[in-house]
Amino acid sequence: MSAVIEEIQDDHHDHKPTGLGRWLFSTNHKDIGTMYLWFSFTMLFVGGSLALIIRAELFQPGLQFVEPEFFNQLTTLHGLIMVFGVIMPAFVGLANWMVPLMIGAPDMALPRMNNLSFWLLVAAFSLLLASLAMSLMGMGSAPNFGWTFYAPLSTTYGPDSTDYFIFSVHLMGISSIMGAINIIATIINMRAPGMTYMKMPIFIWTWFITAYLLIAVMPILAGVVTMMLTDRNFGTSFFDAAGGGDPVLFQHIFWFFGHPEVYIMILPAFGIISQIVPAFSRKKLFGYTSMVYATSSIAFLSFIVWAHHMFTTGMPVATELFFMYATMLIAVPTGVKVFNWVSTMWQGSLTFETPMLFAIAFIFMFTIGGFTGLMLSIVPADFQYHDTYFVVAHFHYVLVTGALYAIFAAIYFWIPKWTGNMYDEGLGKLHFWVSTVSVNVLFFPMHFVGLAGMPRRIPDYNMQFAEFNAIASVGAFVFGFAQLILLYNVVKTIRGRSTEKATDQVWENAEGLEWTLPSPAPFHSFTTPPTVK
Amino acid sequence: MNNIDKGNKKVVQNLLLVVFGMFCFGFALVPLYDVFCDITGLNGKTGEQYVSAAPMPVDTSRKIKVEFLANTNDGMPWEFKALTHSVTVHPGEATRVEFVARNKTNRDIIGTATPSVSPGQAAAYFQKTECFCFTEQVLKAGEKKTMPVVFIVDPAIDEDVREITLSYTFFIKPGSEDVIASADDYLRINSKRIAFNTPLAQH
Repeated sequence: MSAVIEEIQDDHHDHKPTGLGRWLFSTNHKDIGTMYLWFSFTMLFVGGSLALIIRAELFQPGLQFVEPEFFNQLTTLHGLIMVFGVIMPAFVGLANWMVPLMIGAPDMALPRMNNLSFWLLVAAFSLLLASLAMSLMGMGSAPNFGWTFYAPLSTTYGPDSTDYFIFSVHLMGISSIMGAINIIATIINMRAPGMTYMKMPIFIWTWFITAYLLIAVMPILAGVVTMMLTDRNFGTSFFDAAGGGDPVLFQHIFWFFGHPEVYIMILPAFGIISQIVPAFSRKKLFGYTSMVYATSSIAFLSFIVWAHHMFTTGMPVATELFFMYATMLIAVPTGVKVFNWVSTMWQGSLTFETPMLFAIAFIFMFTIGGFTGLMLSIVPADFQYHDTYFVVAHFHYVLVTGALYAIFAAIYFWIPKWTGNMYDEGLGKLHFWVSTVSVNVLFFPMHFVGLAGMPRRIPDYNMQFAEFNAIASVGAFVFGFAQLILLYNVVKTIRGRSTEKATDQVWENAEGLEWTLPSPAPFHSFTTPPTVK
Repeated sequence: MNNIDKGNKKVVQNLLLVVFGMFCFGFALVPLYDVFCDITGLNGKTGEQYVSAAPMPVDTSRKIKVEFLANTNDGMPWEFKALTHSVTVHPGEATRVEFVARNKTNRDIIGTATPSVSPGQAAAYFQKTECFCFTEQVLKAGEKKTMPVVFIVDPAIDEDVREITLSYTFFIKPGSEDVIASADDYLRINSKRIAFNTPLAQH
């Protein structure tokens, strides 16, 4: 009798599968989360390398290193990789690791689907990167129409590899949808007893809403690439004026997906910052309820502002005004969030460990990106800024110093819980300061060249933009190589030979169920659910 | 545990329905967009053939200059011109202008013309009672055809509109590509030259 019980216990204890099979067939939320994070990290270096080739080419006017045709492929793949291969998988990885730990669940609700959604993502990027590899080997062009793949560039004039791209986007879409369904099912059904919706940590709330956004818009993306596929191969004319279609329709459908998509890339970041700022201010989050409502209103508004990406396509004035005012309205809930973070810090006992440094930098620089967004929302001003480097500066401030900085903050914040070892604080601070100085050297001058009229997506430019471009390129290389400090620090923390052991609590005053677990978090956690008061 | 499994199943079923619904909604946007364009004149899309219930009153106090553009799309080897560059009309009066198309190739080709009115806000008020754009046009090898357009500018049009541009682009009918593929290179090169040789360039 006792032998049987022992066997069962052994099964439920820290029994890990070993070898390659542990990862290939994993149904463990922590292992899958780890794979997502490493995938994202790898893609950060791939997409970053493409960005460095772009910046090397733009260091001075004239053509230096790459042909204009290849330059177009670089900008396209850089965008696609960073959006779908870095930011989104990193957030999904964080959700996989942290959602069960923060709501007291033993695992994700649908562990096998979880495995499938990760490996589909790998398949999707193998296809996309295969098109780049073929381009490098001189076998035709990789996708070259920009990450927004506007018709007819991607339909009538798209290279053969466009069909690779379409299939790749289909796979990414299925992967994201399955991931989102999993997260929603976990949050709805697996919360520890006593954890009501309004007691959930804000990171859970933001991911909950993000998952609904994914469910709503990823099928639209799948639809639009399906239309491209049939336009290209089966003689339909959704976007072909010759057959009665309309290329501008593409832009409407794409941005109906695309605008909620940009909030998919920032809402989980809001959640992360809302976890970190209270922990290092040693106070409760200011305005929890307003945070929940602000996140929901941002998600709702994201569906009715898409045409602000296409003010210059020729719309009736009333339509332009509607989209302009709706867009400006988003500043209200976003402002609520920024003020809540600042109010959380107000009169707190602040300390400035690396996660907090990244969080504060996020608040500051994301707000800069938000303000340039407001400038772009003004229709007459947008006619001037449209398709210039000002837009590039805007979305890199919200995506790099916004989303990516939040991911960095999350890694430093939770890696002691993941590995059981403290990261090297000195290296963390070095990573922060080198990144923060260089990222501004990189992106701030883009505002100026943009306002002066430098168009985006070009390999060559007018002499008058030379100085600011040279400065931006210097910043780019420093920022790019600074990420090796993070890589080194992460590897060092995982190996744990020369680092301190992390306590279970890790950060004094950090609140949440994840800090009640041992560090590192055991392979199977919360097999008996905790009770939340 | 069983309860959780049941709950998960229900959530997954509901969410898959949403996914399917949104996928369909993406396709529903295509006809919705057309309806929306018809109502608002977005993109300068003009309406179908106009049938007047009662003759419109002619507003002789206003004059509107209507300009005409004729273009051919990539791969369309026809020569296509507006015989009139521009006319000045009073809102409400029916006006007839002519376009001419010539098939310079040695093949029969089917073409469709897409009209576009600029500024977009004028599109809903620009009524065509007769137009070659309503039907497909067939030009036999070497054939030349004069095609009329009869239009009325609705007097209800905004006072600010003093100039309207009506632009036609002739597309080769999808499926006729094999015809073009078999046409010799001379014609393709020549077709590009024709495209630049529109009335706009001549004036």
